Amino acid sequence: MTGLEVEIAGMRLRNPTILASGVLDETGKSMLKVANAGAGALVSKSVGLYERQGHPNPCVAEVECGLLNAMGLPNPGVEAYAAEIAEAKKGEVPVIGSAFGVDADEIAEVAALLCAAGADAIELNLSCPHAEGYGAEIGSDPDNVRHICESTKAKVSRPVLAKLTPNTSSITELAIAAQDGGADGVVAINTLKAMSICPELRMPVLSNRVGGLSGPAVRSVGVRCVFEIFEAVDIPIIGVGGVSTARDALEYLMAGARAVQIGTAIRSRGTDVFAEVCSGLTEFMSKNDYRSIQEMVGGAHHVTA
Amino acid sequence: MSLLRPFTIAEQIDEAASCKTMRFIGTLHADPGQFVMIWIPGKDEFPMSVSYTGEAFGVTYKIIGEGTQSLSAMKPGERVGIRGPYGRGFEVHGRRMLAVAGGAGMAVIAPLIDMAIEKGAEVDLVLGARTESEIIMRGRCESAGAEVHISTDDGTAGAKGLATDITSQLLENATFDSVCACGPEKMIAGVYSMSKKLDLPFQASLERFIKCGIGICDSCAIDGMHVCKDGPVFSGEVLATLDDFGKGRLSPSGRRLPLD
Repeated sequence: MTGLEVEIAGMRLRNPTILASGVLDETGKSMLKVANAGAGALVSKSVGLYERQGHPNPCVAEVECGLLNAMGLPNPGVEAYAAEIAEAKKGEVPVIGSAFGVDADEIAEVAALLCAAGADAIELNLSCPHAEGYGAEIGSDPDNVRHICESTKAKVSRPVLAKLTPNTSSITELAIAAQDGGADGVVAINTLKAMSICPELRMPVLSNRVGGLSGPAVRSVGVRCVFEIFEAVDIPIIGVGGVSTARDALEYLMAGARAVQIGTAIRSRGTDVFAEVCSGLTEFMSKNDYRSIQEMVGGAHHVTA
Repeated sequence: MSLLRPFTIAEQIDEAASCKTMRFIGTLHADPGQFVMIWIPGKDEFPMSVSYTGEAFGVTYKIIGEGTQSLSAMKPGERVGIRGPYGRGFEVHGRRMLAVAGGAGMAVIAPLIDMAIEKGAEVDLVLGARTESEIIMRGRCESAGAEVHISTDDGTAGAKGLATDITSQLLENATFDSVCACGPEKMIAGVYSMSKKLDLPFQASLERFIKCGIGICDSCAIDGMHVCKDGPVFSGEVLATLDDFGKGRLSPSGRRLPLD
């Protein structure tokens, strides 16, 4: 593989930029637009077995260095969402279906239905910080993570990626558990549990009070997590959190990620961000004599602290 | 980026039956058609078009649900959180504009008329409502200098019939440089198709369920475009590419529904 191409768990991506779950992915046509703008792969909105409205507004709060959200896993249910996956597939890049559920059986069932709808791989949402009974609430325990990965792997034949929470004392333990459970890769990190308060109105802004922080503010946390996970597991890592430029992506690659996901950056840079990151990567590689992305993966690990 | 700012309510004015204007202490500049997200602490947050821009800016709303009910119960001196303005507003093209407003859509058209007349354009306004008591901002547009044509479904004021009926007559009998519309989407679709036949530049403001307001959550998507960021005002050229224009919308969960 040369140039920007990467391979993750058997999936070949034309470049290492992937649309992160929860951004421009409620509808197939928006995902298609992101594919046409240059993304190497797409992750769907997190979907469950049943329809959910999500939390009432306000469900986002803009802060200086990032964005807080508590969408609350809104989705029309996996059955209704199948049509959106089919539309997104027209972009001819891998579509990764994001699954959530209350327990291992439910998540595995959603994963199987997403695959039946055409998803090329599954991302397990074990890390959403703002929905009671889901995401990080079940994904903070290594035993749970292992069990959910095992159950999903038993039900689907496509690659399974575990998206992990940084809201834990050790994300490496979660990554090891995912690998032990048979996951084909890990995705790190999901948003950091956070809150914003309006002092004049004496109240947390988000209706759910607590939300997840994304954007530039979390990038250094994400890079650290990926760096630690890289030393602990052998399965591929996808880095996510605050990537908006090629340099940001390079930090993740050097830490050990094979690809990066981009979400919040679309707020300020639009869907052009994918092509911009790719052209910056190409430029960096040509200046520094790298022939492939793979040559840079984990590049920062030769130093000992 | 637009950080949340607290604003104090200056006054609430009754515009018509179940329609009010809320003015604030402070300044916020918005183009006609742009919107703000208004947060009623502890209750809800929703998008509202800015009906008065600048000093003592304001929004005009129809009381249709729990959220707007709470808004209407708020008193001068109380505070709300506001972020924005967001989205893309109207532009004035040419010297003679036909503006078509249906119901509370008038709240979006009124500041457009102010801007168009300020820029030296002549404006004909078709103002449609179900009944006389639901007509808003007629005086404001007349004083601004617009030629106002009223229609009501029940004939209690102006011509009996739909806004599209008068629009069609005006387009037949006069020459316009552009057409702008805001109101029920079926009305907009009707006005759009008439404008298209005459090859007139067209713009309309659309409404969808908005959550983030900043173009990332996809809740207000119409065929890959986003009402909160690419809109709410769309040109005729863009509307022509949207299969769901006049036909479909998303529920808060993302389920596809037919347009009411």
